[in-house]
Amino acid sequence: MTLLEFARGPALQASALIMIAGMAWRMAGILLLRRRPQYAASRHSLARRMGGGASLILSRFIPRRTFWPRIAVGVMLSAVFHLGLALVFFGGAPHILLVHQATGLIWPNLPKGLIVMASGLTLAAMIALIVRRRLHPVLRLLSTADDYVSWLLVFLPVLTGILLSGEAIGDYGSLLTLHILSVEALMIWLPFGKLMHSVLVFAGRWTMGVTFARKGAAT
Amino acid sequence: MRRFIADIGPAAALAMESCVHCGRCAEACQFYVQTNDPRYTPIHKIAPLKQAYERELGPFAFVYRLFGLAPQVTAKELESWQALIYDSCNMCGRCSLICPMAIDIADLVERARHGLFEAGLVPADYLGALAEKEQATGSPYGLTQAQFRDMLHDIGLKHGVVMHVDEAKADIIPTVSSIDLKMFPASMAAIARILNHMGVSWTFRTDGFDADNAALTAGDRAGQRKITLGIIRAALACGARTVVMPECGHAFTEMRWEAANSFGQALPFRVVQITELLAEGLSDGRIRVNPGVGERATYHDACQLSRRGGASAAPRLILRALGVDLREMGDAGDANWCCGGGGGVALVKRAQPLRDLAFQIKRRQVEATGAGTVYTSCSGCRQTLEHGGKTANWTSTVASLLERVADTLAHNQKD
Ligand code: SF4
Ligand code: SF4
Repeated sequence: MTLLEFARGPALQASALIMIAGMAWRMAGILLLRRRPQYAASRHSLARRMGGGASLILSRFIPRRTFWPRIAVGVMLSAVFHLGLALVFFGGAPHILLVHQATGLIWPNLPKGLIVMASGLTLAAMIALIVRRRLHPVLRLLSTADDYVSWLLVFLPVLTGILLSGEAIGDYGSLLTLHILSVEALMIWLPFGKLMHSVLVFAGRWTMGVTFARKGAAT
Repeated sequence: MRRFIADIGPAAALAMESCVHCGRCAEACQFYVQTNDPRYTPIHKIAPLKQAYERELGPFAFVYRLFGLAPQVTAKELESWQALIYDSCNMCGRCSLICPMAIDIADLVERARHGLFEAGLVPADYLGALAEKEQATGSPYGLTQAQFRDMLHDIGLKHGVVMHVDEAKADIIPTVSSIDLKMFPASMAAIARILNHMGVSWTFRTDGFDADNAALTAGDRAGQRKITLGIIRAALACGARTVVMPECGHAFTEMRWEAANSFGQALPFRVVQITELLAEGLSDGRIRVNPGVGERATYHDACQLSRRGGASAAPRLILRALGVDLREMGDAGDANWCCGGGGGVALVKRAQPLRDLAFQIKRRQVEATGAGTVYTSCSGCRQTLEHGGKTANWTSTVASLLERVADTLAHNQKD
């Protein structure tokens, strides 16, 4: 078995298993804690509370206008990074092919030029984000090893992905192996660190939205 | 330290697990904005709570313990955190508006205070002292029922208004804030005058009068519950259908959203904040006022009533009914800035320099409106704004919306 075969086969299965089991464990550890019943009379019906949850999930994607002057740089960098990553992940032909093989699902891919541009922007935003993390006093204070490990484990697939799309650089087979292995490392780490926010963000926003709607506060 | 995290449920655990260390919350917090000191970053303030959670309760607690990744929180550590948790957080929840992960940091700070309270680390001067007295006597100032009764009768005499006290049956019972008792007794005359004007059956109850709940801001769960249950019992004893919370943000939060949970079932009466009662009365005609003309004023939202209480509309309805030319501040309503003294910060003596810095934001906002008067519906805010104004030689007047309504009643009844 070549390293590429290993990466595509057992390593992928194992990392997917670890990712799913880890995520399930973490979510269960949170959601199965004892809930205190809420007896206070709600200002709104159950339907409107649910609406509040959904509304906060959406509204929190764009910060309120009043906050922009103080947070614009961080928000823009983060937006470029997240959007770029999403475009590359969901729009890149090889990724779609992989999903198709695994699940049968298929959708049209984005033009390669756009994908290359998006990966370049993602990479640039990531570099800016890590530099900012080292320079900004608040971010320095908050940062832990998790921030750097998570950054690296996202950076490596993006970097190897860009190199792969260049085709001319390096040996394609080795690069592809590296790319797949780096994605697997990310999958393995995902449930244990801050990358889990990809799931928690929805649960957290929903929870606050429902709670605030109950109180009649803005969502 | 397990008690630190005793009542953490899924919502708080989600909050504890979600932070992506983006630092945005700092930019919403007046203490960071005014000082640029990273220690005032909201999520940083609850670091010991998070450490205890990760070690004792989180999904990977065993890993944290096995590899020593989250050491036990020591009393010394907690002590070094005391100033961050009590002096530099007014539990205003503005940070929760900006957080992309929707983490309710004010709620986490309240939980962190539970741990500090149990470790005996409430700032003694004088939040701790007030909470202690409240735990022992039911009133932060140690007022007995008899003293409160005398006080109410004196206020009634002085302001020429009939006081209903300890009547056996009543539909409405108003509660008071200890700040009103100490600094703004006219507000008690105001509520009596308005309830008399409405022609409803009402009574103050000396067995459950002080809704201030200093215990809540101190982190004393037992004391908090005791005060709350006292008011519930008083309301039940006289068959009240409505309990009215005074001009006090935290009193409303406690009674409106927490009391039923302490009681263990839905309350058999409704809880409203005084502005909600006034707005209702003005809308249905039970309160009639003589509207003025052209008074230019602004309104300061108490965070617990607006952003965290869903009662932003009522005061605006009242101000419209009074004919006030309302000049809103930037960020009015849900995104308002705290006065600087909420969450018990006003009761921590050494926090005054920080409070004064925070007050500068409010001052700039008020001045930008060009209004001469700032109305508010929270005595804590009123007191903080008055103090801040005094220190800064400020010329604006701070006034109570409740008292303004009472002064404007049509056919003022003195009965
Ligand atoms: S609740 Fe208010 S004072 Fe406390 S950290 Fe958040 S923004 Fe700052
Ligand atoms: S804004 Fe929210 S996610 Fe960002 S650092 Fe603050 S608490 Fe964490």
